[in-house]
Amino acid sequence: SATRESLSEKLDSVFQGRKQIDAELLDELEEALIAADIGVPTTLEILDRVRRGIARQQINDLAALKEAIKRELLEILRAAERNGVASETSVPDDIRPYVMMIVGVNGVGKTTTIGKLAHRIKAEGNDVLICAADTFRAAATDQLAIWAERTGVPLIQQRQGTDPAAVLFDALKAAKARGTDVLIVDTAGRLHTKSNLMAELEKMRRVAGREVEGAPHETLLVIDAVTGQNGLEQARQFLKTAGVTGIVLTKLDGTAKGGIAVAIAKELKLPIRYAGIGEKIDDLVVFDPEQYVNDLFE
Amino acid sequence: MFESLSDKLKRTLKNLRGEGVLRPEHVDAALREIRLALLEADVNYKVAKDFIARVREKALGQEVWQELKPAEQVVKIVYDELVELLGGTSSRLVFTRQAPNVVMVVGLQGSGKTTSTGKIALWLAKNEERKPLLVSTDVYRPAAREQLKVIAKATGQAIFDLPESNDPVLLAREAVRHARDYGYDTLLIDTAGRLHIDDQLMEELVQIKTETRPVEILFVADAMTGQDAVRSAEEFHRRVGITGVILTKMDGDARGGAALSIKQVTGQPVKFVGVGEKYDALEPFYPDRIAQRILGMGDVLSLIEEV
Ligand SMILES: Nc1nc2c(ncn2[C@@H]2O[C@H](COP(=O)(O)OP(=O)(O)OP(=O)(O)O)[C@@H](O)[C@H]2O)c(=O)[nH]1
Ligand SMILES: Nc1nc2c(ncn2[C@@H]2O[C@H](COP(=O)(O)OP(=O)(O)OP(=O)(O)O)[C@@H](O)[C@H]2O)c(=O)[nH]1
Ligand SMILES: [Mg+2]
Ligand SMILES: [Mg+2]
Repeated sequence: SATRESLSEKLDSVFQGRKQIDAELLDELEEALIAADIGVPTTLEILDRVRRGIARQQINDLAALKEAIKRELLEILRAAERNGVASETSVPDDIRPYVMMIVGVNGVGKTTTIGKLAHRIKAEGNDVLICAADTFRAAATDQLAIWAERTGVPLIQQRQGTDPAAVLFDALKAAKARGTDVLIVDTAGRLHTKSNLMAELEKMRRVAGREVEGAPHETLLVIDAVTGQNGLEQARQFLKTAGVTGIVLTKLDGTAKGGIAVAIAKELKLPIRYAGIGEKIDDLVVFDPEQYVNDLFE
Repeated sequence: MFESLSDKLKRTLKNLRGEGVLRPEHVDAALREIRLALLEADVNYKVAKDFIARVREKALGQEVWQELKPAEQVVKIVYDELVELLGGTSSRLVFTRQAPNVVMVVGLQGSGKTTSTGKIALWLAKNEERKPLLVSTDVYRPAAREQLKVIAKATGQAIFDLPESNDPVLLAREAVRHARDYGYDTLLIDTAGRLHIDDQLMEELVQIKTETRPVEILFVADAMTGQDAVRSAEEFHRRVGITGVILTKMDGDARGGAALSIKQVTGQPVKFVGVGEKYDALEPFYPDRIAQRILGMGDVLSLIEEV
């Protein structure tokens, strides 16, 4: 059935056997973009521009149409990227510890991403410390402890139920005492609609900023590639209360295309920093807009 | 920020007053808005398309009712059809008299399986006087078995484990034996999260199923899931034959259109919704409530209900 096709298959079948650009083709393109979770407003905007290009005879054949859509998507992702903040790969020496907070709704892959990130940043020659500030979910700390052990990175933890800001405070102190380069903070999953839990993140930010100037230097919002239109509201709220600086798009090894991240990049100018492509320690790659857009089509 | 669907429809249909029947141009204008609302709610685009076609058929030529404004009439037709598609009434878990009854909990990574497994056990113990036993067959995710243990303890439920085994099928089989030997009438099997395209892990589910012959196989789906919900649900259903759905994280503001998509492609009803991280945050599924939510229009509906 049509629902089993990927965007690329879908686009290919849209283009196949066609000689010219007609209204039906554009309708099918609209469906293909919506099927990737790019969302109605962004999709309509892209198609609007494309239609104008067709009217002005700048887009005359299918190949040009394909290129035009790619270009539109890429421009959205690049514009957000230009807006991006410093990356931990080029941390100025005078920032120590460089504090990264990882936030997001429940179950998107925060803890796993931290395991992978710690591995990556350590391999780049940094001293890394992890802070287990999810003191709420059952066995959250045990899970993170296993990742810390896998990566050979120390972990600061406390009993379940401890105030997360208190664990963070400990971790900041420890990071300063040890001369840690990068401190990565795990947080409990929380829905962006829960004001008390969002306020808890604000408090953690304040604690971080008080202990280390400019901290958190980077706050990554984790978005699961299967997420639909709710992802945009997640990003809006986390940006507002947690000062998100970038996105990690996880579970891209499935069949979902993660198009909501494009909508987020467009609407909020948040760059996609990393992509999660599996459950293993190496399954995190620096997000490459060009490759992402090409993958949508190839 | 967004104009509500009901406002849009009122605007679209405001010229309809005084007409005798609903005409294509009116209905189509309304249905365009409804299609966008469904897409915004994450109903799969193809499911939305079929749905709109069906509603169009029903609406065309209907007499304009005296009691309702035309906009509300179209909404009522849409709403009724949506409730119908979602399964009409709420469905329960179905048990047989042969103990232990096995309930398998399956789904994608992070959807809420382990938490839901604990919630269902607590629900069954509290509301249906059953005596559940829990077992985790997630030998992959770090601390997954520990997580279920913590949940069992917090909810006062019994749990079975063989710490030295890393074989999901063996764990499930031994748990069935343990349930039988110790008089537990229900065995809840938590499984590892997996992608529907992971052939090997999907085969593992088939093996656990063959070994334990569950009465229920519940597919746990995150209410925030987008267009891809149809693919994962369809594939889980094709491989293992699910008997119901649990829609989690409905305590947020996601519209939950995935529920419609999943029902549509699998034919299996949503049986529970998860509404929080606490272990009693589980509710039976009411199709009318989610239909309202998908349409994002409690306001118009309260009007309609009076008719
Ligand atoms: N296939 C796949 N699975 C992933 C990926 N990232 C994380 N996961 C899985 O998703 C599930 C949830 O991951 P966690 O890291 O526990 O998610 P979390 O956001 O920390 O969850 P909470 O702390 O409960 O909110 C686990 O089963 C992970 O193995 C990915 O990139 N691909
Ligand atoms: N807000 C909310 N959170 C939920 C709900 N159900 C589960 N969660 C949270 O979602 C996250 C993932 O839940 P788990 O039960 O670990 O999910 P899982 O499917 O077992 O994950 P894997 O085993 O890694 O595939 C946790 O943070 C849970 O607390 C719900 O109904 N509402
Ligand atoms: Mg976590
Ligand atoms: Mg689990």
